[in-house]
Amino acid sequence: MLDMKILVIEDDQQAASYLAKGLKEAGNVVDVANDGKEGLYLAGAEHYDVMVVDRMLPGRDGLSLVQVLRAAGNDTPVLFLSALGSVDDRVKGLKAGGDDYLTKPFAFSELLARIEVLVRRRGAAQPQTRLAVADLELDLLSRSVKRAGRTIELLPREFALLEYMMRNAGSVVTRTMMLENVWDYHFDPQTNVIDVHIARLRQKIDKDFPTPLIHTVRGAGYSLRASE
Amino acid sequence: MTATAEEAGTTGPHGRLAACVAVGSRLLRTTAFRLALLYLALFVLSVGVILLVVYRTTAGFLEQEIGETIALEVAGLQDHYRGYGLTGLVEVVRGRSAVAGNNSIYLLTTPQGVILAGNLSGWPSAVPSASGWTHFKVADYGGTTERPSTAQAVTFTLPGQFRLLVGRDMSEIDQLRDRMVHSLGWILGVTAMLGLGGGLLLSRGAMRRIEAINRTTRQIMAGDLSDRVPRFGGGDEIDRLAGNLNAMLDRLERLMTGMRQVTDSVAHDLRTPLSRLRSRIELALIHETEDPEVYRGVLQDTIAEADRLLATFTALLSIAEAESGAKRQDFEPVDLTEVVQLAADLYEPVAEERGQTLAMEIRKGATVRGNGQLLAQAVSNLLDNAIKYTPEGGRIDLVLDGAGPGQAARVTVADSGPGIPAEARDKVLQRFVRLDTARASPGNGLGLSLVDAVATLHGARLELSDNEPGLKVALVFAAEAAGG
Repeated sequence: MLDMKILVIEDDQQAASYLAKGLKEAGNVVDVANDGKEGLYLAGAEHYDVMVVDRMLPGRDGLSLVQVLRAAGNDTPVLFLSALGSVDDRVKGLKAGGDDYLTKPFAFSELLARIEVLVRRRGAAQPQTRLAVADLELDLLSRSVKRAGRTIELLPREFALLEYMMRNAGSVVTRTMMLENVWDYHFDPQTNVIDVHIARLRQKIDKDFPTPLIHTVRGAGYSLRASE
Repeated sequence: MTATAEEAGTTGPHGRLAACVAVGSRLLRTTAFRLALLYLALFVLSVGVILLVVYRTTAGFLEQEIGETIALEVAGLQDHYRGYGLTGLVEVVRGRSAVAGNNSIYLLTTPQGVILAGNLSGWPSAVPSASGWTHFKVADYGGTTERPSTAQAVTFTLPGQFRLLVGRDMSEIDQLRDRMVHSLGWILGVTAMLGLGGGLLLSRGAMRRIEAINRTTRQIMAGDLSDRVPRFGGGDEIDRLAGNLNAMLDRLERLMTGMRQVTDSVAHDLRTPLSRLRSRIELALIHETEDPEVYRGVLQDTIAEADRLLATFTALLSIAEAESGAKRQDFEPVDLTEVVQLAADLYEPVAEERGQTLAMEIRKGATVRGNGQLLAQAVSNLLDNAIKYTPEGGRIDLVLDGAGPGQAARVTVADSGPGIPAEARDKVLQRFVRLDTARASPGNGLGLSLVDAVATLHGARLELSDNEPGLKVALVFAAEAAGG
């Protein structure tokens, strides 16, 4: 995990300390604000890599807090945490300026994966037309994939899945993240469909090559990266 | 002392007055009374206008008649004067004046005012009106009435400055007019009474029905949700109000029943995994061991069980959300083709892995108004079920039809699994209901409940039928659900 400076704005003391503990153990520096006012102050006073904001806060609602920050030109990535899980709540969160939305309760590995992707995405270069990881190349214009110079035929959905993984190469992407970003499914299908898709993708990307690129991260999801 | 006196006063005449005022103001406040008063005012006003018109027409007609008669007589007398001279006229006037029981009034005088003939004792002092009519009181003439009566006459001057007056005793007509006013007054009075009574009766009739609605409402507030507003038929506003209230109550009762069902289900179906969870943790604590792997294993199982519980909760919430109908406000056109295609893309590898054939026939351009996420969840639930219950090597058909008679679109998922017997088809839509044939497969018994709730939300029909063998589930969107 990267060394990040994270601001957690969460009114529930227990949840806040659990978040702070987990994020610190993952190697980050964490500040905690227990209400919207304090959060707004800290967000303005310090520079953070990412903010984890509870949607419902005493004093100032999480949504309006982020709106105020965005209006003031603060573009620190924001991940909303909320017990409100409907699609509309999610859309509201993203409209207010949030970059991602996670419904409580969640797996900690899910939170870590999403934070990392948020921070990495911010550091990413301008829109690319070509993605490459090790000897795997993906051309977004011709929509073709090559590994070690050999063309690999992919179905449209497999291409989209691989594109998502390559854009976030090196980071862990969870099953939920894939469902949200590749299928636009904001609910959990009962069967573990993503595993089957990854297995298929592995057949095409990794099977005939000496070093696998798609790695399973236990208890979290998958990661596409050059080496172990 | 003062207080006592005042207290005593409240039971005295002042108190009674106050009580009367209170009753009066309460009566005034009732809609029935206000409606009756309004009705009465309108009723009396219109009857008054009608009576006024009748009176004016009748009285006017009589006066006109008299005027015409006098005019004819005057013309006759003038003719006579021209033919027979003054003497002839005097004779005729004398003759006519002498007839008893006649209402006619005559007077012929010389220029100096000396009476030559007639039944009036002197020239009336009244000044003729602009129309030439003179109205005056007569006391002595050989008319029919004894009492002084009014008369109406026309006067004119004959050649030679002789003056002639021809008129009619109006007392009979006045009497008639009086009687008319009298009886019209009575009519108005009776009308007003009838109007007040009728108004009270009518509005009380309507108010009784509203009071019946109030009674039902109170009954329901007291907790009896099965009570319904009585309907009187006829389809007027109050009847429609009653009908709408009943429809609303039906829906409320359905929602309440649904909620009660959920509460019961939560009690039954969530307690079991929770108690399992609890005993697992407790057992791990009782069996003390040095091996951390044992604890790790228990914790992992615990997380898996908690995740299953959370998934059940999420599914329950989704169903409740769909059933509340609140989402309907945010409906937008949804490309059903894309929804079905996406779900097919997601599940096709899963079916393939199980050696099943997923045959697809997806019509392009099928659009319905709805919520994209819920529709996607419904379709993926149907596919998930089909794949789960179809044996290895089986076949699953996914068909999307476009618009047809009475339908905007239809999604059909047919499997070759064990199917659902006809008598159990309604039951499987209920929450947590799992047939014995389904016990072996993982699931929480909420999949079809959600599909059903989503279908209802979208005004769609969920049809379960026999695929011989297997289950065929069709989601039929009504024609009006088509999105633009």
